[in-house]
Amino acid sequence: MTADRPPPGTNEITYREAVKQAIRDAMIRDPRVFLMGEDVGRYGGCYAVSKGLLEEFGPERIRDTPLSESTFTGAGIGAALGGMRPIVEIMTVNFSLLALDQIVNNAATLLHMSGGLFNVPLVIRMATGAGRQLAAQHSHSLEGWYAHVPGLKVLAPATIEDARGMLWPALEDPDPVLIFEHVMLYNDTGPLPDRRPVDITKAAVRRPGKDVTIITYGGMLPKTLAAADMLAADGIAAEVIDLRVLRPLDEETVIASVRRTRRAVIVDEGWRSGSLSAEISARIMEQAFWDLDAPVGRVCSAEVPMPYPRHLEQAALPQPDGIVAAARATLGPR
Amino acid sequence: MTQPAATKPHLSRPHLLGLLRGMLRIRRFEDKCAELYTQEKIRGFLHLYNGEEAVSVGVMQALTEDDAVVATYREHGQALARGVPMNAVMAEMYGKAEGCSGGRGGSMHLFDAERRFYGGNAIVGGGLPLAVGLALADRMQGRARVTACFFGDGAVAEGEFHESLNLAALWTLPVLFVCENNLYAMGTALERAQSQTDIHAKAAAYQMPSEAVDGMDVVAVEAAALRAAAAVRAGEGPHFLECRTYRFRAHSMFDAQLYRGKDEVEEWMKRDPIVRLANWMTETGMMHDRDREELEAEVAAEVDASVAFAEAGSWEPIETLTRHVTRAQARP
Ligand SMILES: Cc1ncc(C[n+]2csc(CCOP(=O)(O)OP(=O)(O)O)c2C)c(N)n1
Ligand SMILES: [Mg+2]
Repeated sequence: MTADRPPPGTNEITYREAVKQAIRDAMIRDPRVFLMGEDVGRYGGCYAVSKGLLEEFGPERIRDTPLSESTFTGAGIGAALGGMRPIVEIMTVNFSLLALDQIVNNAATLLHMSGGLFNVPLVIRMATGAGRQLAAQHSHSLEGWYAHVPGLKVLAPATIEDARGMLWPALEDPDPVLIFEHVMLYNDTGPLPDRRPVDITKAAVRRPGKDVTIITYGGMLPKTLAAADMLAADGIAAEVIDLRVLRPLDEETVIASVRRTRRAVIVDEGWRSGSLSAEISARIMEQAFWDLDAPVGRVCSAEVPMPYPRHLEQAALPQPDGIVAAARATLGPR
Repeated sequence: MTQPAATKPHLSRPHLLGLLRGMLRIRRFEDKCAELYTQEKIRGFLHLYNGEEAVSVGVMQALTEDDAVVATYREHGQALARGVPMNAVMAEMYGKAEGCSGGRGGSMHLFDAERRFYGGNAIVGGGLPLAVGLALADRMQGRARVTACFFGDGAVAEGEFHESLNLAALWTLPVLFVCENNLYAMGTALERAQSQTDIHAKAAAYQMPSEAVDGMDVVAVEAAALRAAAAVRAGEGPHFLECRTYRFRAHSMFDAQLYRGKDEVEEWMKRDPIVRLANWMTETGMMHDRDREELEAEVAAEVDASVAFAEAGSWEPIETLTRHVTRAQARP
């Protein structure tokens, strides 16, 4: 993302555009695929992801819904049961709480409750995260909550390649898959990726290093890579792991890296208490305790609903400086 | 704040000038906000109320100081009309510590305890259950107060709308539901979101007295609100007002308005509630050019002062970042 980015040129694409192309491809490839959500059609999507798709595919397959998160998400579950392959878009994770019942009590449980009779091949996409001064009802990172729930698969594309490549395998998955797109990534640009679907079971090493493993995902990846650059300037080689899949976690990649570097820091935009970072830390403790040279470090958001003013919002969020400090702390006094 | 003794508006010169002034304050304040947004003094989402001023100004005439207000993220108009000082509102738009929510909320989350202004709710439909609960508290404590709850046509599609109307009607709670039907929820036109586009008819289905009113006519809104609020206060249970209005500007500052035509907007602008009242007052000799000029100058001075106040305000220190999470501050 940072080091091997080509000079800006003709083959650059935004993250937003990559998501759109993924939707477009899926719509062309499989007539069962359709998109529904608030303002996905005429308005073009609240983050302009679906702009132009209504004109191309028409209102039957690009469905504007009323403001009824619980019902259109539930209808997505029903349509999936009925043989369609819906992509449900929820504007942002805070609003997905209105649909939490359908996601947790229906999508995640139907297969089990029915003794294996009914699976739910549904994809739900939503924006997540802070950074745009949208205050306490639009800015949270609740993907960790969803990663708590058996029956769901949770993806967090942090790169343009993943934004482009994760949707198709998610649609092919027989079970409900949630995709979290961080609001600060939409304008990122990078080289146009291949049409190839990507693996949605593995974490990725985004930067190799031998001194400390920094584990992150989604919107925190660019900040973590920036921190790794800062550490490199001081002769510390950080290995950066992008989880990509928040449930089920790819423990293998994480543990293998920690065994090599013997130190780990987790960067998570969620709140620290009861977070995904806590889960990862626990798994490292369970599986690699004797390989560690230092306690696992964590960099998370301050435990406060997101405040509006920029300086407080930025102070509440993990920042490269804090990541550098946490990584240094695992190395002890030098 | 006005004490609504009557159930009919006084069409006196001072009263009408007051209504005009109330609407102008909102209009000029928000025009300034749009300017400040382009200068990046105001950030985040900014939802303007241009065109809809008659609704909040009209409804507030029916409330007393003891009543409560619950509003949405498009609530500058409600806050100003309720009497939240413009300085505190503008400082909040900047995120300054002197703002009405201490800078923590911004444009979408204005609050004021003294004026019983309970926000500033940016989850569509999220305010309705709160209003039901505020009214429940009044009922249980034997107080004859009204809770006015503002929300948009978009909220009507949420389950909370229906659940709140039902509960308020079932328990005969003192809520005045005010739907600001501006025909769009972001880019979704009412007829593409509702099988029944007569919103007040939905309230009627919950056995709630309900009325549709011209939301571009401040006197009509006031008259309807006075009647409804008097009935609510008298213990007759919740009432519902559908105010038919229109927003002249985009949904927020990020909206390219692909979903509606310029001609439609222009057609509605001809019904501008401010122009309408001003013209009528001029034609009937209740207002002269000089009055209008004085009013404009007075409002402009208030807006300028609020900008100066916000500019001079202070940023909350980062050290207190984790304040106001719980009353008794606990260690995370
Ligand atoms: C539960 C929820 N879903 C979606 C949104 C995003 N959103 C913000 S305003 C809005 C439109 C609401 O329309 P309406 O209720 O008519 O109010 P208006 O903006 O027209 O005043 C939408 C979809 C939200 N804030 N909350
Ligand atoms: Mg509306």
